[in-house]
Amino acid sequence: MTNEQCNNETVMEEGQALLQILLRVQDSSQENYVSEDAVNEIAYKLNVSRSRVYSTASFYSAISLKPRGRHIVRVCINAPCENAGKAEILAVLEEQLGIKLGETTGDRQFTLEGVSCLGACYVSPAIKIDNKLYGNLTPEVVVAILRTYREEVDTVDCTA
Amino acid sequence: MNLVRFELNGQAVEVSPGLSILEAAKQYGIKIPSLCHHPDQRVKANCRVCVVEVEGQRNLVASCATTVTEGMKVRTNSPKIRETVQTILELIFANHPQECLTCVRNGNCELRQLAADYGIREIKGEMAAPSLPIDMSTPSLVRNPNKCIKCGRCAEVCHHVQETGILYSNYRSIDVAVEPEFGKNLSEVACVLCGQCASVCPVGAIHERDDIAKVWAALDDLNKHVVVQVAPSVRVSVAEEFGYAPGTIATGKLVAALRKLGFDRVFDTDFGADVTIMEEGHELLHRLNNAGVLPMITSCSPGWVKYIEHNYPEQLGHLSTAKSPQQMFGALAKTYYAKKAGLDPADIYVVSIMPCTAKKFESQRPEMSDSGVRDVDAVLTTRELGRILKQAGVEFSVLTEEQFDDPLGISTGAAAIFGATGGVMEAALRTVYEVVTGSELTNVEFTQVRGMDGVKEAEIDLAGSKVKVAVAHGLGNARKIMELIKTGQADYTFVEIMACPGGCIGGGGQPYGTTNAVRRQRIAALYQVDEALPLRKSHESPAVIELYKDFLGQPLGEVSHKLLHTKYKNRSLRKLKG
Repeated sequence: MTNEQCNNETVMEEGQALLQILLRVQDSSQENYVSEDAVNEIAYKLNVSRSRVYSTASFYSAISLKPRGRHIVRVCINAPCENAGKAEILAVLEEQLGIKLGETTGDRQFTLEGVSCLGACYVSPAIKIDNKLYGNLTPEVVVAILRTYREEVDTVDCTA
Repeated sequence: MNLVRFELNGQAVEVSPGLSILEAAKQYGIKIPSLCHHPDQRVKANCRVCVVEVEGQRNLVASCATTVTEGMKVRTNSPKIRETVQTILELIFANHPQECLTCVRNGNCELRQLAADYGIREIKGEMAAPSLPIDMSTPSLVRNPNKCIKCGRCAEVCHHVQETGILYSNYRSIDVAVEPEFGKNLSEVACVLCGQCASVCPVGAIHERDDIAKVWAALDDLNKHVVVQVAPSVRVSVAEEFGYAPGTIATGKLVAALRKLGFDRVFDTDFGADVTIMEEGHELLHRLNNAGVLPMITSCSPGWVKYIEHNYPEQLGHLSTAKSPQQMFGALAKTYYAKKAGLDPADIYVVSIMPCTAKKFESQRPEMSDSGVRDVDAVLTTRELGRILKQAGVEFSVLTEEQFDDPLGISTGAAAIFGATGGVMEAALRTVYEVVTGSELTNVEFTQVRGMDGVKEAEIDLAGSKVKVAVAHGLGNARKIMELIKTGQADYTFVEIMACPGGCIGGGGQPYGTTNAVRRQRIAALYQVDEALPLRKSHESPAVIELYKDFLGQPLGEVSHKLLHTKYKNRSLRKLKG
């Protein structure tokens, strides 16, 4: 999976595009992260040191070097969302998923992360699941949203 | 050139354009404190201890990163600056283990010196020194992340001078760690152990592995015949350990000091260097006459050898099979010398004094035991030599000069210049020229291959046929040559490569404070040593002539092949995908 991503020579020739490459490799990974093999492969293809790739990857919080769940649930922890009831939203997320902030569920379906601002203060409190934004949240809405992801998970599991 | 006029602490001064405030102030007798700054490196401006006031600027500015401009008004000393620097230092100390008394850098730590200069008497913050594992995975270097102040000097030299790309700054803010990727040990990555990181580290976060105890144990063992060899470059650097100026020639004092330590024989790696020229020079001729792999590349520098093994394993055929002078010396000490002195090789203990951390690794390579036992038993860097001499109470300044012992202490000027970039090439040419042309070389100085330019080229006339040679020092420059060879664009016959900038005089085990300016002074001293010697061609050394007559037979002969030549290993980290 990683190799297919890296073998895209046109992307690889653009040495400056390291961050973009890291994000694409991460997106294509089932576990939402950049593996050690992927770091080594990117370094080789770009003709830069492994440590440079790792340094860039470890600098940005958008990139994970550890396996994560299939879905990343990002909760805004900044002031506007805090004032709009973030604590309640986070509590229901933690309770529903059975994990704390920064953890991954046992079935490796969800990782819960705190982020500094989603750029969606106008609909605070807000969360983002993968690339989809959810705003004006209440605990009930959060439960309903999570259910849709769980159903999707179940569907996948049934057909597998 | 128009000078830039500015005001420094109320005084009107002028400097050349383009200088930073830090550099400009230095010219007027003001030493602004700094940690991440290094004169040969790019500006990092992350330690912030060099802050100054510039009129019109709301905040303090980093003097290392601010260029002096016309009419600028700078203050380097004010209550605000003192308070800020004090706070920054206290914050660094709060994260730094309070182990100064037992630290390897006790006596030459830049952080400790700053604390002394700045009169720090208490640390107000809460102590929060980390306790991370220490990397002792290699025979050459010890990396102690607990003492790291994250100045980034090591990463800078590793990435932008050596281009080995091992140490880099990972994570961010308070989590920053300067280390290999995934927190790996140095033995798990393509580190060549050149030690340039250790050379620029201001504190005790990365340093040579200390082998002094091993040497004492051998010296204390009455059943051991302990001999020492000294690398060419050490004679022009060791005096710095005792406060002398860079470039001080201290050969005689060095020999005297080593005798005081109790070595049974004080020999010279220069003897090994002369033998190296005989073997490597003839190997070059053999390759020329038998359509061998060209260009041939020198193999004296163990950091360079490990580098090509990691990064260009498919090009290993270019590397001379000749062992380095250190290893030739070791193999001969335990065979030729053992026989001459009537000693059992197992009772001889060979200690090397080297400018180099990678030499420790080289001596432990499994194949380096052609004498039947380990050819070199212990390697001390110049810095360790300074420490063991101080421990033994040897007063360097009052020593009377002494001579090396015979026969492994006899050498030529050709061997002495091995320690400078271009020196091995020049020494080889002095011998190869005479062997090929059969006539005497009157001007022995090949100045085209001397000096600090990164890659040097020259064309030499050998009895009518032109031979193109190249010299590179610092692995970033080595890479340039290797890319040319890899892509078939190199038309060289012979190439000298040294891992460290300036060659061995700039090695990773040399006294602290090694800058390019210091390197130039040490290089100049080595050429003085060469000039002052009566013999300046390796093949004219009486010790070499006797060695071949009595023991080796001829260069590249059967005995030489067994004792003085070696093989290399593919160390590529890249797994071949099926």
